Amino acid sequence: MKKYFSFFRMRLIAGLQYRTAALAGLSTQLVWGCMEILLYRAFWRECPERFPMGQEALSSYIWLQQALLTVFALWYWEQDLITSVRDGTIAYELTRPVNLYGMWMARTMAMRLSRAALRCWPILLISVLIPSPYGLRIRIGLPAFLLFLISLGLMLAVVCGFVLAVYALSFHLVDTNGFRVLSVAAADLLGGGVVPLPFLPEPLRTIASVSPFGSMQNVPLRIFGGDLAGIDAIRAVELQAVWAVTLIGLGILLTRSGIRKAEIAGG
Amino acid sequence: MKTIKLYFRFLAVHLKTAMAYKGSFILSCIGQLLITTNVFLGVKFLLDRFGSVGGYRLPELTLCYSVILLSCSLAECFGRGFDAFPRILSGAQFDRILVRPRGIIFQILCQDMKPSVISRAAQGVVMLVYGITAGAVHWTIGKALTLAAMVLCGSVLFFGLFLLYAALCFFTMEGLEVMNIFTDGAREYGKYPFGIYGKGVLWITTLIVPLALVQYWPLQYLLDRGPWQYGLLPMLSLLFLIPVCAFWKFGVAHYRSTGS
Repeated sequence: MKKYFSFFRMRLIAGLQYRTAALAGLSTQLVWGCMEILLYRAFWRECPERFPMGQEALSSYIWLQQALLTVFALWYWEQDLITSVRDGTIAYELTRPVNLYGMWMARTMAMRLSRAALRCWPILLISVLIPSPYGLRIRIGLPAFLLFLISLGLMLAVVCGFVLAVYALSFHLVDTNGFRVLSVAAADLLGGGVVPLPFLPEPLRTIASVSPFGSMQNVPLRIFGGDLAGIDAIRAVELQAVWAVTLIGLGILLTRSGIRKAEIAGG
Repeated sequence: MKTIKLYFRFLAVHLKTAMAYKGSFILSCIGQLLITTNVFLGVKFLLDRFGSVGGYRLPELTLCYSVILLSCSLAECFGRGFDAFPRILSGAQFDRILVRPRGIIFQILCQDMKPSVISRAAQGVVMLVYGITAGAVHWTIGKALTLAAMVLCGSVLFFGLFLLYAALCFFTMEGLEVMNIFTDGAREYGKYPFGIYGKGVLWITTLIVPLALVQYWPLQYLLDRGPWQYGLLPMLSLLFLIPVCAFWKFGVAHYRSTGS
């Protein structure tokens, strides 16, 4: 366990070096958040009764989404992991006395967390200062907050589980590009990136919430806003746990069978 | 004349390169298409729920988004070289460009082109046709000309934004992600007329980065909500090129090689 933790720490520290990039990304995300808020304000003025979630809950959703974007954004793939399988550099990794999947997991988690750790604080701070109902509101009780934290952790597990399953798939497919293109688009639509899940029409909303993508940003962001509460919230977190275990299990299986049949060519 | 011929030679070369990896070309086409289709679906879902926003219905919004999407794709297809400009600079390739007997901008444009945005442009055309025929606008010759001006001036405007991005690289030596607010952001948030985001955004997009001049204001004329003079505003947006070109010249004059 200790060696995976060291990998995690190593990557975390490496990720924390990109401060200028984080600053640039930060301003983009602030503008993005403001535009989203203004957009939904127009719809709120149009017809507040047809809003499927409260305005404050939606604002919190938008700001948390911008703050945590780098944790759950599927479009950020670690290209060198994929190429290492293709060009055979993976052989070096296989000689190490560590489990490949465990190492990849530590690495991916650290990368996603470090990118968010740099960006999220200023966004959270600024969005808390924005007046109601357009800012981030902390109206959450302690039990719900604990559930939010659990859900946040499970989100990371689901996202990393999914991403690693795709990396492991590159042992079996020549080119995972197509699969990745499709999954990014599906995650955007079904995960609550295009519009939050309550805004989707039925039956797409149901499909989205049971799909693995619905167990990503959707659950913690809505628990924090108070839109997803009580027994529904607990159900959603349970489903997250199921997807986390399934995806991680699938990834481990794919990696194992992949390593077994992997052929390293060249000298 | 020779320059144009040469440009098409380069275009053919880039097309050939893209076609050499057909599978990957088709995939990136699909990828481009899926992103902007998702954006459109987002508009559709919200409009199905709310019926209209700020007085606009789906056909009008489709027209609005198609103008932005089409002009952005056109600019992106030909102005792709600017996107790669940080790499040209840091690889010291710009020195080579300077000594060749052709225009600087021309050479940068020829370095890289992006044929895969054709899928996005196709989506723009389909949406444009739907927007034109869906009965939102009572067409006259003046309105048709305005629409053409919106798309053409829009692509020139996006082209200017890409040029600005490249010019900034002379001073930062790397791509500035902040510029994405105006390029990707304009494509993303141009899905609605800039007026619905409120007065602040409308003024910024009118006076500073004149995106509303090719989208919001002429749209008012098309929908009979404003005087015909609004139909001339796309031309006015071309003035944006003057400071951008001046800035580019300033950047070139201040260029110091990045060495080896």
